[in-house]
Amino acid sequence: MDCVEQKDTEANAPSVVDRYYTRWYRADLKGKTCEDHCILQHSNRICVITLAHTHPILQDGRIIKSINYQISNGCSRLNNKVSGKSKRGGQFLTDFAPLCRITCTDETEYTIYSCIRGRLLEVNENILETPNLLLEKPSTEGYIAVILPKFEESKSITENLLSREEFESIVAKRTVDQSQPT
Amino acid sequence: MLPLKEKDKPIVQKLLSAGCCARCVLRFCCVSVQAAYRKPPQVRLILHEEHDSASPPEDPPSKRAKLEAGPSEEDAAAAVKLKDEESRVCVVCLGILQDLCGPAQALKVCTVKAEKYEFDTLVLSVSLPAQLCVREVSVSVWCHKQTPKSIAVDRDDLIQVKEAFKWIMQGLVAKELGGVASLFEVSVEFTYPETDADCHFLATTCSDCFKPTKNKQSVFTRMAVVKALEKIADAKFLKHYPSPPAQPTSSCIPQDVQCLHMSVFVAGRYNKFCRSLPQTPWVIDGERRMESSVEELIAAPVLSSFRSDGFNFSSSGREDVDVRTLGNGRPFAMELLNPHRSRLSRAEMKQLQETINKSSDKIRVRDLQIVTREAMSRMKEGEEEKTKSYTALIWTLKPIQREDITFIDDIKDLTLDQKTPLRVLHRRALAVRQRVIHSMNTRFLDSHHFYLGLKTQAGTYIKEFVHGDFGRTKPNLCELLRTDTDILELDVESVDVDWPPSIPE
Repeated sequence: MDCVEQKDTEANAPSVVDRYYTRWYRADLKGKTCEDHCILQHSNRICVITLAHTHPILQDGRIIKSINYQISNGCSRLNNKVSGKSKRGGQFLTDFAPLCRITCTDETEYTIYSCIRGRLLEVNENILETPNLLLEKPSTEGYIAVILPKFEESKSITENLLSREEFESIVAKRTVDQSQPT
Repeated sequence: MLPLKEKDKPIVQKLLSAGCCARCVLRFCCVSVQAAYRKPPQVRLILHEEHDSASPPEDPPSKRAKLEAGPSEEDAAAAVKLKDEESRVCVVCLGILQDLCGPAQALKVCTVKAEKYEFDTLVLSVSLPAQLCVREVSVSVWCHKQTPKSIAVDRDDLIQVKEAFKWIMQGLVAKELGGVASLFEVSVEFTYPETDADCHFLATTCSDCFKPTKNKQSVFTRMAVVKALEKIADAKFLKHYPSPPAQPTSSCIPQDVQCLHMSVFVAGRYNKFCRSLPQTPWVIDGERRMESSVEELIAAPVLSSFRSDGFNFSSSGREDVDVRTLGNGRPFAMELLNPHRSRLSRAEMKQLQETINKSSDKIRVRDLQIVTREAMSRMKEGEEEKTKSYTALIWTLKPIQREDITFIDDIKDLTLDQKTPLRVLHRRALAVRQRVIHSMNTRFLDSHHFYLGLKTQAGTYIKEFVHGDFGRTKPNLCELLRTDTDILELDVESVDVDWPPSIPE
């Protein structure tokens, strides 16, 4: 093969996510502080919903007790079935459609939301078996769901989302606010 | 000898009086002797030949005597009537079997366009307005009413206008062009806007036969009209359409002649040495995202040599933009549309191959040859069934040593469950595919890199096996090595399909 660049440290190697996805954020979902979500948007418009690194579930050494995709009596995200190239049959989600409810061992409960409009393609069943994946690899193996926005809306869905820089500055502000004497 | 029989006589008179031309009369009498249609279209030549040659013995002598007798007043009137009849446009074929076919038209058809083609064989194709079907049924129904016992109304036996036209024209055109028959198609089209409305009643009576069209094209396609006519009962037909049909005032209008040569198929194997070349043109929203493509680089010289208008490119699988294709290359085949030239010698094919190879250092072509259409399926076989070999450059998050990767060499026939990769999920159905990696081998590079060779089943997603695709391909290399891994480069080493046959250099 042709010449190989020596990549010395881990930090230098751009990951799959860095190479192919754009990170978008939604902060303080439904007014709840720090319940931040990170939406990974692929160049082909498919979005992967994940927890942002600031989400409470990932803080303070929490351990997950259960993950439930049954969001109401009549609806379980596990029943989602898509067929064909046009992904017919997938549940249509709006920005605040719940994806799942996560309960931790310290009895705290969190709802994870869709954050964007689109058709639900799949939810991550691996985290049902191995909830630790969500804690260890929230941006990759611990993803929550995959959503396909409508073709016409693929660019406009990001209008309501925060870019990485915008999100980082909000996070920075929080730390400042917290350290302010009341 | 006249192909018409005594029993046809009554129907012949009826058809003539309804406004049919001589050749249409022959058609309705189910005359399948092609030579009869090739005579000039005058009624007396086609229908009243019997006083020239020996008449059939069944003919009563009195009838013959009457025909041979000198022109009487009655005959003169009949002769005038005949002349009037002949100058009218036929109510069924709208002139197509009258003045619109014959040696003069054959000459028109063989214009300069046709002369620039090389061909061995010729086929004549004809496109007729759908109204003709309606008029045909109208006359047919009328005949049946007039003479119910006549066999002429068995619609299956009727000679179609298209058929009669070809019987007359094919030979003339071929003679004019000097070819024989088949690979080269000359298309003749006729339109008749005046009677577009002829079909409209069918839309209300048989509405389920007609699909609404998005374009401005007419809903009354030939196929739809034929289907509706088959469905509609005679009685209902007569309620909506005059029988016999109304006399037209002009003939059909011939459109431009189209000449089309049957496609020629060129196959070979290609190498791709560039990591920024897509296989097909990459265009989004009308904007080209990447310069050129494998198919365009190969097609340009080929289209030029065969003087073809366009092409369809297909190959035994595809590689990504950033993947090279090494070794013997990947089998491909191109359908060349309407080539003005269809034969190239072996030497000329070799020359063409050279031209392609000289034109760019990004690709290379070998085993270039002309193949049949059937051979295309051999190539597509490879896509599903055959194995492929790859080399990948792997990066690992945790530092590794030589011994850490040797176990990979011993893994045989590893079955993967691969969910449709996210990067293609927008255009593929969501599914889990089982694929086998038959064997692997490793070559250590440094503490964070090694080369991984793989031999896999067709359809295996290599990149996803390496990085795991969010854990949606299992097992994956990250799990096997217990560290995050990524793929930096990928090469296709071989596509194990033994087609097309190799051509020694």
